[in-house]
Amino acid sequence: MNTKFAKSLAKRIGFWLLIAVLLVYAIFPFYYAVITSLKPSSALFQVDYWLNSVDFSNYITIFSQGSFVQAIVNSIIVAVSVVAIALLLGVTAAYALGRVRFRGRTTVMMVVLGVSMFPQVAVLSGLFEVIRVLNLYNSAGGLILSYTIFTLPFTVWVLTTFMRQLPMELEEAAIMDGASPWVTITKVFLPLMWPAMATTGLLAFIAAWNEFLFALTFTLTSEERTVPVAIALISGGSQHELPWGPIMAASVTVTVPLVILVMIFQRRIVSGLTAGAVKG
Amino acid sequence: MTTSDSLSTPSPAPARRGAQRGTKVRRQRVRAAWLFLVPMLVTLVLVAGWPLVRTFYFSFTDASLANTGGANFIGFENYLVYYQGAWYGLLTDPAWWQSVWNTLFFSAVSVSLETVFGIIVALILNAEFKGRMLVRAAVLIPWAIPTIVSAKMWAWMLNDQFGIINHLLMTMGLIDAPLAWTASADLSMWAVIIVDVWKTIPFVALLVLAALQMLPQDCYEAAEVDGIHPVRVFFRVTLPLITPALLVAVIFRLLDALRVFDVIYVLTSNSTNTMTMSIYARQQLVEFQDVGYGSAASTLLFLIIALVTVIYLYLGRRQLGGDA
Repeated sequence: MNTKFAKSLAKRIGFWLLIAVLLVYAIFPFYYAVITSLKPSSALFQVDYWLNSVDFSNYITIFSQGSFVQAIVNSIIVAVSVVAIALLLGVTAAYALGRVRFRGRTTVMMVVLGVSMFPQVAVLSGLFEVIRVLNLYNSAGGLILSYTIFTLPFTVWVLTTFMRQLPMELEEAAIMDGASPWVTITKVFLPLMWPAMATTGLLAFIAAWNEFLFALTFTLTSEERTVPVAIALISGGSQHELPWGPIMAASVTVTVPLVILVMIFQRRIVSGLTAGAVKG
Repeated sequence: MTTSDSLSTPSPAPARRGAQRGTKVRRQRVRAAWLFLVPMLVTLVLVAGWPLVRTFYFSFTDASLANTGGANFIGFENYLVYYQGAWYGLLTDPAWWQSVWNTLFFSAVSVSLETVFGIIVALILNAEFKGRMLVRAAVLIPWAIPTIVSAKMWAWMLNDQFGIINHLLMTMGLIDAPLAWTASADLSMWAVIIVDVWKTIPFVALLVLAALQMLPQDCYEAAEVDGIHPVRVFFRVTLPLITPALLVAVIFRLLDALRVFDVIYVLTSNSTNTMTMSIYARQQLVEFQDVGYGSAASTLLFLIIALVTVIYLYLGRRQLGGDA
C-alpha cells in the first residue's frame, strides 16, 4: 500500500516536472527578450534572470526613429490588404469548389494545393520582373500582390473544406427562391462563414506579418520596409556591436499583439491549422 | 456532397418542368462557379504560374538583374558547360553542393526532432490535468512569434560573450569557455536547428493532439483491462492510429524545411556553413545580380520540392477525392 502510494506520488511529481519543463521551453525565450528590452544599455551585458528595475529607454529609442513606426504602418497596410484580398477571392472560389460539382474541379484543387507548396525563391526572379513591369517595385502594392502566392491557396483550401460541411438544405431554399449564386454567397453562406473567415483571415494576417524573403527583396528604402526586414536590418557600428536592447524592444513590440491575438483565438487557430493540414 | 444533382423539387406537380429547371439552374451554377474561380486563377497565374515559367526560362539565359528583358539564350550553360578543358556551371560548384547538403541535413535533423518532441508535447497536453488550457495556450507562443523575431531572440541568447546559454552552461560547469554558437563552423548548423525546432514543435504538437483527441477510447480501456504497459500501448495502438495525421505534419514541415530561408539568413547571414539552397539562389539572384545562374539554382530547388509534393499528393489523393 505504502509503496503504491509512493509510486503514484513519484509519477505525479514527474508529470508536473514535465509540465514545468514544457512551460520553460515555451515561455522563457520570450520572457528573456522582454527583460532584455526593459534594461538600460549599461546593464545589458550582465546576465539576469529577472528584472531589478524597469527602464523604457530602448522603447523610446526605437519609437523616436521614424523608420520603425513607418515599418509598423507598412506591415499593417500590407497584412490587412492581403487578408482582405485573400478572403474576397477565397470565399467566392471556395463556393465554386465546395458547393458546385463541375468538370475540372479536382484539377483546380490540385493546382491550388500545388501553388501552396511552391518554394518562394523559385518564383523570385519571375515575380521580380512582374513587379517591375507593373511599376510596384519598392511599394506596398508589390508586397500585397506577391503575398497572395501563399495566402490565397491556403485560404481557398480551408474555406472550401468548411463550405463542404454546411448543410445543403440552406442552399436549396435559396435556389428555390430564385437567388443567384452571388446572392446565395452573400446572404446565405457569408453569415455562417464568419468563424471560418476569422480563422483563415487571422492565419493569413500572421503569415503576411511575418514574411521576410519577398519583403527583403522587393523593397529598397527604409520608408517601404515591413517590420521583419526593419528588425533584421537594425545594425550597430559593426557585426559585434549590435544594439541588442533596441532590437529586443522592437521584437517585443511587434510580437505582443500577435501573442495576444493567438491566445484569444487559440481554439480557432488550432481548428484552422488542422483543417488546413489534416483534412487537406 | 451538396450539388444541384441532389436538388429535388418539393412540389410534385409537373415533373418535366422541375427537371428542366434543374438543368437550367445547374448550368447557371457551373457558369457562376467558373466566373468565381477566374479572379483567383488569374491572380495565381500572375504571382505563381507566370513567374515560375520565367524562372525556368531565365535559367537557360544569361539574364542579369538590371536587364531581365535583354537576356540571351545560352542553353544549359548555367547548369553545366565544358569550356577549354574544364567543366563549369552550377553542377560543378562546390558551394552549391554544400548548400544542397546543408539543406538536406537541416531538413532531416530538424524535422525528425520536431516530430519526436511534437509527439511528446502532444501526449502531455492530451493528459487530463488542472490548467491544461493554460499550458496549451503557452505552448502556442513559440509558434506565434515571427520567425525573424525568434531568430533575433535566440541570436541574443546564444551570443558568444553575453548570451544566457553560455552563461548557464558555464555556471553548470558543462563548458569551460564560451561557445561561438552562430559563428563556429561546427556549431552554427546546430544553433539553427535548435531555433527551428523550438519554433515548430507547437505546430507538430497541435496536429498530433488533434489526432489524439479523435481516437476511440475503447481500445485504451481494453488495453488497460489487459494490463498492457503504457509504452507498449503507445507503440502498438496510438502510433499506428495517428500515423496519417503525423505523415501530413511531417510532409508539411519537410516542405517548409527544404525551402528554409529567413531563420538561417538572420541567424548566420550568408555563412557557407549553414547556407541552404534558398539562400544560395537568392544570393546569386539579388546580391550577385546573376539572374540566369540563380534561376538555375531556383529551378533545381523547385524540382526537388515538386518531387516531395507529388509524393504527398499521391498519398493524399484518396482524401481529396473521397468526399466528392
